[in-house]
Amino acid sequence: MGRLFAVEIIYRGIFQKTLAKNISRAIVLAAHHEGKPGISFGRYSDSPERNGIPAKSFAIVGTDQETLERGMAKYEPKEVDITIAVDDTLCKGVESWAWYGLQPVNQKIKQGGTLIVTSRETPDALISMAHRKEHPYELCIVKGTPSFSGLWVYKDDHTDVRILGTIARILPELFTLNSLKKIILAEWKDSVKVSSAERAYERSTSITVRPNQGNPETPYKFDLPKWHEMGEGVAIPSIPKGKQIEDPTTHAMGGYRPDRNPTFKKFSTRTMRPVVDFDTCIKCTLCWLQCPDTCFDVTPDGLYDANMQACCGCGVCEAVCPVPNCVTMINETEFRDNSSQWEAWKKDKAGYKTWLQGKIESRPERSHGFRYRGQYKEQIPEMLEIAREG
Amino acid sequence: MAQMVETLEQHHKTDETALITGSEAIAVACKLADVDVITAYPIRPYDTVMQYVSKLVSHGEMDCEYIVAEGEHSQFEIVKHASAVGARVFCGSSGVGWMYAMEALTVTPALRIPMIAMVGNRALDDPGAFGVEHNDALTVRDLGWMLVWVDSAQEALDTALIAYRVAEDRRIFLPCAISCDGAFLTHSQALVKIPAQEKVNEFLPRYNRGDLLLHPDNPITVAPQGNEDWVMEIRRQNYAAMERTTAVIREAYSDFERIFGCSYGNPFFEEYMTEDADIVLMGMGTLSIPMKVAIRQMRKEGKKVGFVRLRWFRPFPAEELCKSLGRFKAVGVVDRDYSFGSPYMSGVVTNEIRTALYSAPGPKPPVLCFICGLGGREVTLPDITRMTESVYKAAEGKTQPLTQWIGLRE
Repeated sequence: MGRLFAVEIIYRGIFQKTLAKNISRAIVLAAHHEGKPGISFGRYSDSPERNGIPAKSFAIVGTDQETLERGMAKYEPKEVDITIAVDDTLCKGVESWAWYGLQPVNQKIKQGGTLIVTSRETPDALISMAHRKEHPYELCIVKGTPSFSGLWVYKDDHTDVRILGTIARILPELFTLNSLKKIILAEWKDSVKVSSAERAYERSTSITVRPNQGNPETPYKFDLPKWHEMGEGVAIPSIPKGKQIEDPTTHAMGGYRPDRNPTFKKFSTRTMRPVVDFDTCIKCTLCWLQCPDTCFDVTPDGLYDANMQACCGCGVCEAVCPVPNCVTMINETEFRDNSSQWEAWKKDKAGYKTWLQGKIESRPERSHGFRYRGQYKEQIPEMLEIAREG
Repeated sequence: MAQMVETLEQHHKTDETALITGSEAIAVACKLADVDVITAYPIRPYDTVMQYVSKLVSHGEMDCEYIVAEGEHSQFEIVKHASAVGARVFCGSSGVGWMYAMEALTVTPALRIPMIAMVGNRALDDPGAFGVEHNDALTVRDLGWMLVWVDSAQEALDTALIAYRVAEDRRIFLPCAISCDGAFLTHSQALVKIPAQEKVNEFLPRYNRGDLLLHPDNPITVAPQGNEDWVMEIRRQNYAAMERTTAVIREAYSDFERIFGCSYGNPFFEEYMTEDADIVLMGMGTLSIPMKVAIRQMRKEGKKVGFVRLRWFRPFPAEELCKSLGRFKAVGVVDRDYSFGSPYMSGVVTNEIRTALYSAPGPKPPVLCFICGLGGREVTLPDITRMTESVYKAAEGKTQPLTQWIGLRE
């Protein structure tokens, strides 16, 4: 038997599906250039047409057809040589629309395999977001913002070929830089893209992530019921009504927290989250009313606390809030837990204020989609700079 | 006043006899079953049912929501939803009308909706034709519908009551289509005993959707999306429900006999003059009438021919039927349907019987297929004689074509 290669690309629905497809196609084409057969496909029960939902593309390559068929016989690979996350907030895990709980970003990486992330964060920041793994793996950062390359009018920022050049360096058995350059020219007919791939190849470095590094939490999961344990008639019981909330300081009960879906959390479906300045909130109810995911809990003191089990990070609350800087969307990479902001504020208002200011100053922007018209244009020079200088 | 009440009470307790068509008999069953929601869209021959139902409603004899939809798809969707909120429902169609409802027909068993439908069997277009063929009802044979064929107006009425009893049983919750041959049954009047309302009430409990009731007090989501992690388990549940139908049907027929004093013998198939038969012919629906006449004639000529009429096609009574057919030297199945390109180019019923026999433990007589009576063509006595001769030859070990077209101009 020959050798089987598997690469997965984890991306955000809609915005990055073309980018992911371009990468997985190019992997197969470059390997094919060296006589290795392969296939490229999107995980079928993902929903790449849903805004920001994590989804996967795969490239499977074998040194010969029979070996490849070993890989094709599976719905998706059980383990991969390389995992690519084209949005660094995905390092917190993958909760697909296909409902399987929260998969660690590195779940499928083989011993000695590599996680490639496009990010401007430090290795330490990314490592602390990813769940711990039982064996060591390599982390390789391709510097960049979450790219929309290939989607409608968005500019080609060469994220695809920079990742491909990195793969040629990490796993030359899959394809060499030479083969990659040939297929880039054949596919894109762009010699600048070839030089981008070369530069990424030259500059690529990785560090080893050890089993004692990373998020120590057990990822959220659930067991699928047996056929006779499921309700009949394709009927799903509703989510029960909510309950009152306890005030952490006075222990008074009040407010309302709706019960939420027990099998679909949104811990990794968002790329940013709202932070709320409870001192300036005028309790107008607009965020609570307009939130499409009913993510706001009503506190006993009549405030609105965004619950991270339900927040998709859409930013509607920020848009409708009439008070300047009361609700601010912050990139998800800034956070390490999903705890209640209101409880933190109740316990230590001064401390919360400092925390809040720190978050707002550090990075008040989102990683997919844009907060206002024209923001993309403003970011182009920065993206070009990254592409040039890596 | 007191006298009027007494008369009404008496009426409630008395059986009556009426001269009605098979379609009217089904409408009467709907009235007796106190159906809550009925939807309709005209297509011949099913439309005779909707005409009679609308008459019952307008005369104040029946109290139900009677909705004429803008097409069969909506027609079946409306009752599907009504059933989900706890209404006893009825609808029906024919031929291409049934096909137009196909998407609704596929989701009905999946959602475990105990819908009762009448299929006035009609040839599928083209050519536009009114006459009977069984291909319309048979299209849903793999989807979880119970399918039953009747051969008289009386049986249509009785079977409709039995169908409600079985479909609405919490162990089942599957839809049931009652097939009535176009023209021969839907448009032909016969004397029918209409049972007393009191007996029907005893036989047929109210529909209780229980845990699956779509109601604000029982909040559930019905019909979500599911991926490869869920679909097999859902299909397995329908498999289990269909598996339970055989016992529940048997139970219902035995209760029917106890309450109405009328026995159908074996619920799944009727046997006629089979005790000493060498060979048998088989079929579904009103074919039984010319068959019985021909068999009586042939018996006089010394030919020991019997007839087996299949009532329930789904669930298919494989074990029992094979046990019975194993007694004969050969079997000829009359298919009032076609299945172009199927094994040996035979009809649907024939191939079902051959499949059943293949895995049966007992003897396996040769099974011949006769495509006959399509588009409502009469199955004549000479046709039946010809089929019988061929089956006899097969019984003697002579090779016969596995599929023969009978009654064709050639």
